[in-house]
Amino acid sequence: MTAPTMETTQQTPVVQLADGNDWFTVCALSRLTPGRGVAALLPDGRQVALFVDRAGRAYAIDNRDPFTGAYVLSRGLVGSVEGRPFVASPLLKQRFDLATGACLDDDEVSVPVHAVRAA
Amino acid sequence: MPVSTPPTDRTSALPTIVVVGHGMVGQRFLEALAERGLTAAAGTARVVVLCEEPRAAYDRVQLTSYFAGRTPDDLSLVEPGFMERHGFELHLGNPAESLDREARTVTARSGETFAYDTLVLATGSYPFVPPVPGKDAEGCFVYRTIEDLLAIEEYARTATTGAVVGGGLLGLEAAGALKGLGLDTHVVEFAPRLMPVQVDEGGGAALLRTIESMGLTVHTGVGTQEVTAGEDGTVNGMSLSDGSSLATDLVVFSAGVRPRDQLARDCGLAVGQRGGIIVDEECRTSDPAVFAIGECALASDGRVYGLVAPGYEMAQTVAEVIAGKEAAFTGADLSTKLKLLGVDVASFGDAHGTAEGCLDVVYADSRSGVYKKLVIGRDGTLLGGVLVGDADQYGTLRPMTGTVLPVAPEQLVLPAGAGGPVTLGPSALPDDAVICSCHNVTKGAICEHTTLPEVKKCTKAGTGCGSCVKVIGQLLPQSQDKGLCGCFSYTRSELYEIVRTLRITSYAELLDSHGREAARGGDGCEICKPTVGSIIASLAPTLGASGYVLDGEQAALQDTNDHFLANLQRNGSYSIVPRIPGGEITPEKLIVIGEVARDFGLYTKITGGQRIDMFGARVDQLPLIWTRLVDAGFESGHAYGKSLRTVKSCVGQTWCRYGVQDSVKMAIDLELRYRGLRSPHKLKSAVSGCARECAEARGKDFGIIATANGWNLYVGGNGGAEPRHADLLAQDLSDAELVRLIDRFLMFYIRTADRLERTSTWLDRIEGGLDHVRDVVVHDSLGLCEELERLMADHVAGYRDEWAETINDPDRLRRFVTFVNAPDAPDPSVRFVPERDQVKPDLDILAGPVLAVRTLEGTSSR
Ligand code: SRM
Ligand SMILES: Cc1cc2nc3c(=O)[nH]c(=O)nc-3n(C[C@H](O)[C@H](O)[C@H](O)COP(=O)(O)OP(=O)(O)OC[C@H]3O[C@@H](n4cnc5c(N)ncnc54)[C@H](O)[C@@H]3O)c2cc1C
Ligand code: SF4
Ligand code: FES
Repeated sequence: MTAPTMETTQQTPVVQLADGNDWFTVCALSRLTPGRGVAALLPDGRQVALFVDRAGRAYAIDNRDPFTGAYVLSRGLVGSVEGRPFVASPLLKQRFDLATGACLDDDEVSVPVHAVRAA
Repeated sequence: MPVSTPPTDRTSALPTIVVVGHGMVGQRFLEALAERGLTAAAGTARVVVLCEEPRAAYDRVQLTSYFAGRTPDDLSLVEPGFMERHGFELHLGNPAESLDREARTVTARSGETFAYDTLVLATGSYPFVPPVPGKDAEGCFVYRTIEDLLAIEEYARTATTGAVVGGGLLGLEAAGALKGLGLDTHVVEFAPRLMPVQVDEGGGAALLRTIESMGLTVHTGVGTQEVTAGEDGTVNGMSLSDGSSLATDLVVFSAGVRPRDQLARDCGLAVGQRGGIIVDEECRTSDPAVFAIGECALASDGRVYGLVAPGYEMAQTVAEVIAGKEAAFTGADLSTKLKLLGVDVASFGDAHGTAEGCLDVVYADSRSGVYKKLVIGRDGTLLGGVLVGDADQYGTLRPMTGTVLPVAPEQLVLPAGAGGPVTLGPSALPDDAVICSCHNVTKGAICEHTTLPEVKKCTKAGTGCGSCVKVIGQLLPQSQDKGLCGCFSYTRSELYEIVRTLRITSYAELLDSHGREAARGGDGCEICKPTVGSIIASLAPTLGASGYVLDGEQAALQDTNDHFLANLQRNGSYSIVPRIPGGEITPEKLIVIGEVARDFGLYTKITGGQRIDMFGARVDQLPLIWTRLVDAGFESGHAYGKSLRTVKSCVGQTWCRYGVQDSVKMAIDLELRYRGLRSPHKLKSAVSGCARECAEARGKDFGIIATANGWNLYVGGNGGAEPRHADLLAQDLSDAELVRLIDRFLMFYIRTADRLERTSTWLDRIEGGLDHVRDVVVHDSLGLCEELERLMADHVAGYRDEWAETINDPDRLRRFVTFVNAPDAPDPSVRFVPERDQVKPDLDILAGPVLAVRTLEGTSSR
């Protein structure tokens, strides 16, 4: 299963997600608004929520909100506490650390994180 | 099927605890073990759990909420990953069948045998079914497990009448459920009143009236003699002890529960005469290696407890004992507060007044179904009480049990306006007063914390039935920091002034210049972003900023609802509410709504705001739907925004024989004037054509009622959670005076209110209240009126329909896709199932940890 071809040598930077040993190209970095997310579909059907923060750093976590089961985390608001970026679920507003996937409002809950890079 | 990790060599060498029964108490016991580090993961104990039911522990107390839309998964008590993390070995659908105490083994239905060092029985109760003929006919049920509910729900599809045998707590819950399933419902109770255990005669009478007024039929003082069945073997009726009979298609037995002590009996453990496994204060049975906890245990005080809180205490006790510490369960309080069929019922302490020489203080109002009784000892101590219909005082009265009340007891039961009630603040409580009875947490323990989440996390208080949360909130320190959030030390109205006077048009600029030191340069948070976004949007025309909420940085500030200009629903789909000013709509437009809903398969519902909501649109469908709506002349209804919702109208003078002004025209004019106005919270309005008030204007933020001479303007009304009738601001206004006054009022509110503060709370909070607001907006005491009017004029001139702008802009449309890399793939998790000729979200599909796999190519939906 290979990614749609998009040469990384071209001028516009793109966002890529780890897919096994390969990098899967999602879209041009410019498609992401700082402070907001988008959802991406992986070749195997999984959904990933992608974000860039104000400083332009990219993050990727699972798109599923573990509290409600809905695939909506990409539509939450991004913020930061003590320098750690988070997204607040748009449904019941629990916050998730974008770097670790840990829920900041409930120690017992976390979401998977995905390796991501802008190249 | 075992869900957890199989034993490794390391765990098999550890002392083994076998738990029989994974109900509420069994799960609490596992949590108590985990808290004490008695787990395989910690390398201290192997724990095997045998669970009879096909699913792990769930909240039986909230069972009935399944019928209110909670899924079995919502009811689960087990955090995801809990079993795995601690290495608990859970065997679902595999009950213990026999015990060999000599060999210390348990044999499960699967045939597996588990050796134990310590055995904990937490087998709960079974529903008692009286031995009446016909009790096993098809159509007879009990009410204890999720499986029971699923079976009742299924059977009720073909039934029209249902009868519940038993008018106790569970019987009434079951009756409520049957009623909710659309059955004509009867309750048959042998005792002369409902809930004989919890409430006294007076309370039972108040309850009876309320329950009958809900359309249930109650038969008290009669027993069930036989369940009759038709030729096909299915239930068709019941004969009762008074000789009468009752036709019914379905019977639910709820005549009490009995401890499940059979396993214990079979292996010779001591059981009580009337059932229950006899345990001592440590919850140890007659065999020191075996414990019993929860509803199956006969506690050392000679009682079997049918409530969850005492069971939790037993679970803690046993975990503590196993950990080598001292602990004892010597008995518990039987206080309960419930909401039965929407009626509050509470009883606490010596509710029946059994103590010698005690006196009752009773207040009963059968008309409104309120009954309150306090039992007072000879020396004035509060011994107990019963509250029916209004149990607000339960949270403070129960912990005062055993103390002398600081005020005369009658003042506590009388309604407001009749010399009472005196509200006893929780600050009057002693430190050892138990605030949360579910988790037995005292006031002292709660006061060690400063926030509700912290209290919940550290003490578990408030995480059970939730009835103590209000009191906990009152006990916590009221924050001194009035700042909006962790990012800003200013209030919303201070930020409004900063933005207005410094003409700041970007959130980042505001954060970096006026944020708290640590927050500058950061990403803000979910509280201040939409708040500042809203302030900038309210002031946009005046600041010269773009008022369009999806422009540039503004797009990153909006809650998801504003971001997609639609309301997010529980399954990730959206609802659509076109504006229907004043509730007036032409047949042509109605047809367009019907056609759009039909073509996109949307669920439609008339809202409480005189318009139509269409539910179940996927993100990628929103622009297509709105293109059709905009073409037909519709605009955004801003159901998603903190902004003007609706101006409801009554039909008014034009048609109504009583009307004195044209209320419809006024409502439409006002709705068109204030549409799109971003504010601290939503704004609602209504215009009634005469004092009969059919538009319910006094329940609105600004409500207008016609008089023979013009209009009366009322402000600060609210429905919702804390209803408040609006106060009269000014009388007999002309059309122009009315509009000018509303302009000023709204702009003054927007300028000074806190985030998410409706006009009602704002009016009650600000210094001087209504009089001050009247001084400012009517008498111009601050000299602000001209500016307020100008701000509103700017808004009116700057208004553009957000949806029309969006569908005409390809760049903006690009964000209305589910997947950035697969714009044509619809969201596979947004699925629907049929209900009452329409659709509803398919929530089952969201329940699993992973969605059924769908690939980029093969995506399809609906
Ligand atoms: C659709 C509707 C119910 C219906 O089926 O009739 C509804 C639905 C919602 N209401 Fe409501 N309310 C609806 C009329 C009302 C009314 C009745 C009215 O307006 O006449 C009230 C009481 C009147 C009042 O507000 O004073 C009402 C009081 C609330 C409240 C409590 C507000 C309060 O001050 O206590 C909330 C919660 C909030 O806003 O914080 C709320 C919040 C909501 C939300 C937005 C909850 C949410 O965040 O998801 C619901 C989303 C609707 C959606 O997804 O489209 N809704 N809601 C009604 C839409 C009216 C409309 O055409 O816009
Ligand atoms: C509809 C309803 C409403 C209620 N409302 C309230 C309320 O408002 N407040 C309140 O305090 N209480 C309420 N209760 C009572 C509360 O649910 C119980 O007190 C509580 O569930 C007891 O916990 P338990 O673990 O002892 O028993 P249970 O939760 O019944 O768990 C026992 C478990 O053991 C299993 N089991 C039995 N035998 C075996 C075996 N041999 N092997 C393996 N597993 C076995 C059973 O299948 C069951 O899953 C309500 C109960 C119901 C049914
Ligand atoms: S409020 Fe008055 S005018 Fe309006 S419908 Fe009711 S009775 Fe008629
Ligand atoms: S009293 Fe039930 S959660 Fe506190």
